[in-house]
Amino acid sequence: MDDDQVFKALADPTRRHLLDRLFERDGRTLTELESELEMSRFGVMKHLRVLEDAGLVVTRREGREKLHFLNPMPIRLIHDRWIDKYTEHRVAALADLKLELEDTA
Amino acid sequence: MTTLTAQTTQVYNVFIRATPEQIWDAITKSEFTQQYFYGARIDVRDGRRFAAVGDTEWDEEVLEADPPRKLVHGWISAYDPEAATEEPSRVTWEIEPQDGGITKLTVVHDQLEGAPKTAESVAGGWMYVLSGLKTLLETGKPLTS
Repeated sequence: MDDDQVFKALADPTRRHLLDRLFERDGRTLTELESELEMSRFGVMKHLRVLEDAGLVVTRREGREKLHFLNPMPIRLIHDRWIDKYTEHRVAALADLKLELEDTA
Repeated sequence: MTTLTAQTTQVYNVFIRATPEQIWDAITKSEFTQQYFYGARIDVRDGRRFAAVGDTEWDEEVLEADPPRKLVHGWISAYDPEAATEEPSRVTWEIEPQDGGITKLTVVHDQLEGAPKTAESVAGGWMYVLSGLKTLLETGKPLTS
């Protein structure tokens, strides 16, 4: 499980669309997801497989059904790894600016 | 924009470079939980899950405990006055060792039908908690200090 797989999985509009569908309502079957896309069952399966390999979709069995859930953790970890760093930087920059301005005042 | 209803079954999955035993300890002992679980002191013992945030203390039923593989317990949002009166929901922790010293941790929070406020608030909460747990176990330090 690495960031490359996550970015590759997200670099496709159909797969992002599938994630959006799951974000709206989680725990769906392949048949449900397929009915909302202009695509063959095999095509949808292939995309779901890529999302699952990247950890963005998790499947669970409930009775006879295989349900697909959106797993937000890989995106969250990328957020924590990259975005937080920039936010920290911005906060530090503002703190520096404040010191600078107070010094020259 | 679509108006969203929070999901009544939520699944979170994360890979952590740690042993199942380390993860078990980290989710059942307060010395660990207070470092990543919004400061909550959580101890699982005698069939209960005891929790404390600030002065608020409560406990939940442990429905299944199979150390270090599986823990199932009730969930009450006692820390949030608005959600505290909602019906209890259920949390399942599944801990599965993988190759190469990695462990897969899955959290399923379900039976949230009678707890819409809880469902909404835990959605972001679990991401924060699990990201923090991963950082703590992999680096020995909390995500936020």
